[in-house]
Amino acid sequence: MTRFVIRRVLWLILVLLVVSFITFSLMHLVPGGPWDRDKQLAPQVVAALNAKYGLDKPFYVQYGNFLLGLLHGDLGISYSYQDRSVTQILMQGFPKTAVLGTTAFILALLVGITFGMAAALRQNTWIDYVCVMFSTIFASVPGFVLGILLIIVFSVILHWFPTGGWGSPSQIVMPAIALAALPAAFMARITRASTLETMRQDYVRTARSKGLLERVVLIRHILRNSLIPVVTIAGPEFAALVTGSVIVETIFSIPGIGRLFVQGIFARDYGLIMGTVLFYAFVIAIANLVVDILYGVIDPRIRYE
Amino acid sequence: MVSSTNTTIVNERPHHTLWGDAWIRLRRNKLAMAGGIFIIVLTLAAIFAPLITPYSFAHQDLNAILENPSSKHWLGTDGLGRDVFARLLYGARTSLAVGIFAQLIVIGIGLPIGAVAGYAGGRLDNALMRFVDVMYGFPDLLLVILLKAILGGGIYQLFLAIGLVAWVNIARLIRGQILAIKSREFVSAAHAMGGMGPYITWRHLLPNSLGPIIVSITFNIPRAIFTEAALSFIGIGVRPPTPSWGTMISDGYAVIFASWYQVFFPALAIALLMIAFTFLGDGLRDALDPKMRR
Repeated sequence: MTRFVIRRVLWLILVLLVVSFITFSLMHLVPGGPWDRDKQLAPQVVAALNAKYGLDKPFYVQYGNFLLGLLHGDLGISYSYQDRSVTQILMQGFPKTAVLGTTAFILALLVGITFGMAAALRQNTWIDYVCVMFSTIFASVPGFVLGILLIIVFSVILHWFPTGGWGSPSQIVMPAIALAALPAAFMARITRASTLETMRQDYVRTARSKGLLERVVLIRHILRNSLIPVVTIAGPEFAALVTGSVIVETIFSIPGIGRLFVQGIFARDYGLIMGTVLFYAFVIAIANLVVDILYGVIDPRIRYE
Repeated sequence: MVSSTNTTIVNERPHHTLWGDAWIRLRRNKLAMAGGIFIIVLTLAAIFAPLITPYSFAHQDLNAILENPSSKHWLGTDGLGRDVFARLLYGARTSLAVGIFAQLIVIGIGLPIGAVAGYAGGRLDNALMRFVDVMYGFPDLLLVILLKAILGGGIYQLFLAIGLVAWVNIARLIRGQILAIKSREFVSAAHAMGGMGPYITWRHLLPNSLGPIIVSITFNIPRAIFTEAALSFIGIGVRPPTPSWGTMISDGYAVIFASWYQVFFPALAIALLMIAFTFLGDGLRDALDPKMRR
């Protein structure tokens, strides 16, 4: 187990290194530079700025410097927010993205598993049909579109929730639903399928026939076993949810990491782009790692060599 | 006597091909058919847009700004006095074009790489799969945005940006399919008869993995359409005046309290198209699953 985790962490570091290298190369291929303004700066000024921030050095030296800084937890400086470092900016955006992502993910888990179980336990009743219908529809509508539709209904027509911003609990309701709907629908589908599968297993029949309470059979035998596939997709789903927040944050004007990335692209703010991409890649890697470890905990049949 | 026995046997089980069976199963699936018909109708409407609406997507009527739906402008007008219905129809061209052409690039890159990796195996396969693992660690929407920022320009560069990121999935799928089929008897038989690698891949391995590939493409098209809309929404997708549902949402979003129609219709259009593709994809998956073949 320990060896497995260590190997996975080493692989994770390698992935992040490759991601950082690809992003660094791509970023410098983006036409234009961080000093492009509506009113053009004098070439001497640009040259001085490039020299100050090391942008005049060869590409590999710049990348080397970036990695050296990264070792100290320093992501460099942002060219558009000159008074703050990228790390500081990310730290300001992080709580918003984290709160939004976690809320949406918990919501997706709760709703998805509940409805998936309900549908499976009442297979071929109207409960099942309604759940399947909704999960099919919501599994295909992207959070960005759902967010827009929510705004129209609940902000513009009903005036129940503000269209965006951050700070009050009412501002998190709609973005969280917009982000959670797709993974929730997906999890409901998986839960339903795997619960139906589990209910047909011999050990469930055995548990019933030896006179266990239905509740005990349900929780100890059916629920636990049918959640294994849900855990498998929870990692990728969490990753997709966090990445989806890039657009959802833009719609709901939430000053999180996603919006910083979009700003960074437009401003050619190399430091900011690098920081946000690495942040997302890190979250995805950690989510997958946690799932791999959880997998062994929830399913004792899985052993790590 | 002999000939009459033959006739009865033929009558009992008419000749069915896999594709014929799949089509029969697909036709029975009402949701899949509804999805397919919606996509066909939308495609035709997009192609024949000039015959359906008298307005062009760029024509501005400054006397009719932000109008509500009426008999003159079926879905109202936007902030520049442009007909929303016309823009929706012409925007469908953009969406469908991105959905389809991005897949051509995806297949153009993913099919050869996946096929070679699956067939050749060994070091090449290993290298490819490690690369795919890294790509899976990359937040794909961010990568598309970065690529689009590098490539600049409009819709052609968008095909490329989406295709360059999305081929990974199909390469992995094809590799898995080919690995699974490679060890079957009919492939060994083809080898024994002296078939060469490329011939066997093209004649036996790829056709037999076509089902999952088609299903995967059906699910990838809406993803590309969504990516286009999202990128155009944040202002990095297609360039105006090319009409796009994403651009329409972004334009209308600024005046959403004055007139929510112009955001609602493109958002609804994206949602319906996504749902249609999901229904069709689900139906195709059920129809093409050989395990269900009687």
